[in-house]
Amino acid sequence: MSSLNAHIPEGPLADKWTHHKAKIPLVSPANKRRLDVIVVGTGLAGSAAAASLAELGYNVKAFCFQDSPRRAHSIAAQGGINAAKNYQNDGDSTFRLFYDTIKGGDYRSREANVHRLAEVSASIIDQCVAQGVPFARDYGGLLDNRSFGGVQVSRTFYAKGQTGQQLLLGAYSALSRQVAKGRVQMFARHEMVELVVVDGKARGIIARDLVSGELERHSAHAVLLCTGGYGNVFYLSTNAMGSNVTAAWKAHRKGAYMANPCFTQIHPTCIPVSGHFQSKLTLMSESLRNDGRIWVPKKKEDAEAIRSGKKKPTDLNEEDRDYYLERRYPAFGNLVPRDVASRAAKERCDAGFGINKTGEAVYLDFASAIERYGKEDAHVQGIHHPTPEKIRALGEAIVESKYGNLFQMYEKITAQNPYKTPMMIYPAVHYTMGGIWVDYNLMTTVPGLFALGEANFSDHGANRLGASALMQGLADGYFVAPYTVGTYLADDIQTGKISTDSPEFAEAEKTARDRMEGFLNSNGNTPVEVFHRELGKIMWDQCGMARSETGLKKAITDIRALRERFYKEVKVPGKMHEMNPELDKAGRVADFMELGELMCLDALSREESCGGHFREEHQSEEGEAVRRDDDFAYVAAWEFADHDPGKAKLHKEDLVFENVKLITRSYK
Amino acid sequence: MKFTLNVWRQNGPQDKGRMETYQVDQVSDDMSFLEMIDVLNEQLIHQNIDPVVFDHDCREGICGMCSMFINGEAHGPGRGVTTCQLHMREFSDGDTITIEPFRAKAFPIIKDLMVDRSAFDRIIQAGGFVSVNTSGNLPDANATRIEKSHADAAFDAATCIGCGACVATCKNASAMLFTSAKVSQFALLPQGQVEASERVLHMVNQMDLEGFGNCTNTGACEVECPKGISIENIARMNREYLSVSLTTK
Ligand SMILES: Cc1cc2nc3c(=O)[nH]c(=O)nc-3n(C[C@H](O)[C@H](O)[C@H](O)COP(=O)(O)OP(=O)(O)OC[C@H]3O[C@@H](n4cnc5c(N)ncnc54)[C@H](O)[C@@H]3O)c2cc1C
Ligand code: SF4
Ligand code: FES
Repeated sequence: MSSLNAHIPEGPLADKWTHHKAKIPLVSPANKRRLDVIVVGTGLAGSAAAASLAELGYNVKAFCFQDSPRRAHSIAAQGGINAAKNYQNDGDSTFRLFYDTIKGGDYRSREANVHRLAEVSASIIDQCVAQGVPFARDYGGLLDNRSFGGVQVSRTFYAKGQTGQQLLLGAYSALSRQVAKGRVQMFARHEMVELVVVDGKARGIIARDLVSGELERHSAHAVLLCTGGYGNVFYLSTNAMGSNVTAAWKAHRKGAYMANPCFTQIHPTCIPVSGHFQSKLTLMSESLRNDGRIWVPKKKEDAEAIRSGKKKPTDLNEEDRDYYLERRYPAFGNLVPRDVASRAAKERCDAGFGINKTGEAVYLDFASAIERYGKEDAHVQGIHHPTPEKIRALGEAIVESKYGNLFQMYEKITAQNPYKTPMMIYPAVHYTMGGIWVDYNLMTTVPGLFALGEANFSDHGANRLGASALMQGLADGYFVAPYTVGTYLADDIQTGKISTDSPEFAEAEKTARDRMEGFLNSNGNTPVEVFHRELGKIMWDQCGMARSETGLKKAITDIRALRERFYKEVKVPGKMHEMNPELDKAGRVADFMELGELMCLDALSREESCGGHFREEHQSEEGEAVRRDDDFAYVAAWEFADHDPGKAKLHKEDLVFENVKLITRSYK
Repeated sequence: MKFTLNVWRQNGPQDKGRMETYQVDQVSDDMSFLEMIDVLNEQLIHQNIDPVVFDHDCREGICGMCSMFINGEAHGPGRGVTTCQLHMREFSDGDTITIEPFRAKAFPIIKDLMVDRSAFDRIIQAGGFVSVNTSGNLPDANATRIEKSHADAAFDAATCIGCGACVATCKNASAMLFTSAKVSQFALLPQGQVEASERVLHMVNQMDLEGFGNCTNTGACEVECPKGISIENIARMNREYLSVSLTTK
């Protein structure tokens, strides 16, 4: 085990980034034109980076597997984006955002990175507004804010329940402008299937043109992976169907360390699983916890009666309901961080209080909010002695104006009206804090290979706060990478074009081709989907909301067996040189199966509970997580070794906290 | 539930294509339409038939990738939903369902139900942006107040998901609803004013170059648009276009 150097600049926390930027070598415009950059992924991180680097004058090639950059998974983000603007004058500041993020992450993130994120957060909002992103505004015409879990200020900017869409379309428009200028070459419907390393440096990728099926060689002086998270290793998640780990995993196999891969965010408010063929889970934005109250019946008989359809939730009186978050965490109530809220739901359901057929659901109830808003509005409108019906109607109108599209989405999926009966929700896999290890400059352990956005591990520690992923993706893409990638490239001015005729390119292409032909020639009879589903079940049961030594060891054995079966029994129809989504899926699932084992290994080696990582062996008598700072205040960075994901070598980056005191997170 | 599916199969842009009929059972009413297609595809793989190729990603109505023409309607029956948001409970057990791709000259078929909508990207590249570089020194976001009603209307226009249902629905395969939604978003915001004239000229010009048809105001697009983009946007774009083309002539 060796320790890793994160290249954190010297000096006081608040000055590090400014000083670092000031020391960055400048590259002349003429020289920038001689430098090529590959950006894989065009979500918030990738679109922002590709646009900004092209504006600076580099030649950019951008890739995405969807038919257009506008469709990246970022489009689905609902609730909002944080920024320390302090427009509400409620005591917010850069330091508070930094502090909340470190604390929310359960002290497993790097101070310097998080502070930089908080510093640039305000510029993100300025940038987006200048691009014409239509954020919500108040009646005075100023930007509106809402609050999110784990914090006590209102710093979240939003565009109804479609914030990700509006931010991505903003970044996409910036990218489109550069495409029009010829500064970005856009390769949509292309999937990166190998990383090419020449003389120890990332120098290109092998991409499959998903329409023709051809393998293509692309070279560059630097490669940026902005390929998103790997939540789909669990099969069911809130991620888009195509979200995958392939790009990151290929980089891992070529020397990029994976950091804290087991840190997964399980989001407390998703629509519960309803059947075997379910392909994905739908998130109900965390913003709903501003007004919704979470509960289960107090008595088991009531839970049973509801499950069997003999009672309805509205039949239960207040005193028969257990608002368990308000009970356990009076200070934050329904707004505790995600990991805490998810575990609490699991605890109640495991104890037999779940309220749907599967016993895995709790209520999210808006009745109190509707009544409160209704009364307020009646008062504003000067209606004296309003009837209960009038109050309801007014209240429902206000709730609709805030969450209308989410309520509609819920009703479309479940065929239930959430204005009249509480929503049913349950935790689901949502986000991966773990990812490719990067230093302060967002560079991985492979020189010239950078990782941005959800693909890296950098800012959220063991738990991400709501509305911080969009912030991080855009911070990395607009404001960090353009500087740090430039610094790296300054040494490459004399290098000239990178040839794609080298043995390294040929070998990478061969590896990819052999793998794909292997799938197509397999004599099996089982569709890829079946293996993915099985992997998901192992991961959810053993590496999900609660983890234990025995469970994780079993999972590792099971995943290894599944992998073996996969290569023997999988059936992939179609041909290599054609549009073949089953072949694409086989490649992705193969990588998930290797990643899954590494995640279990990581979870096994981290013998503490922190953030989203809950080891059953490490909990207090009240069932709260017990962190072990003396032994585990480090980033676990895994190096691929011996051609076997299970033989990965652990490297530790010790986390040094100079500006915050490590305390037990308490939301009580 | 059981269904008979008539599905368009076409092995690439040059192929003529044909309808094939398949039976699916084991469908439950809380499945989404695409999950029903997943069931069909698992079944086809077992039968040694190539699965049906279709576009999809988010499966929650926001990425705009799914694009099926179901029983003669873009995104199928039901208003305000994309194909991925359509549930089998909207159909009756035993129904025959016809599934085709979004058809338009500007949307060539790639394979089966998958079409090439990159023409939309090129319309945006022609002017669907505000020209500001990333700098970190822009005016404070609250420096300019924007009337809430304008901000809200801009947002409504901006919610277009670029799915192309409007084009597939229109008998002229016009892209006016899509293009006008972007033009309107910026026309309603002060940030968009500076380049307003060039924007509308370039975007409309690109739309014509791509081979989309003319708008004859049938309003069919608005009815099938899953995001409820209003044809008022088309009127707004026409006004913008007219005023520029008059002043530039
Ligand atoms: C339902 C939902 C709601 C959310 N809501 C919020 C919210 O309100 N606030 C918040 O802050 N965060 C939210 N998040 C999290 C946030 O949306 C994501 O973390 C963030 O958008 C990720 O952005 P990204 O740019 O890193 O990656 P993505 O947007 O996932 O983009 C990945 C890109 O990589 C490309 N790609 C991937 N693999 C390959 C490959 N092998 N070859 C080529 N291209 C590839 C894809 O095509 C895509 O362009 C939400 C997430 C979900 C699932
Ligand atoms: S206007 Fe409506 S139908 Fe047309 S592309 Fe946009 S969302 Fe789809
Ligand atoms: S799959 Fe994204 S809108 Fe249907």
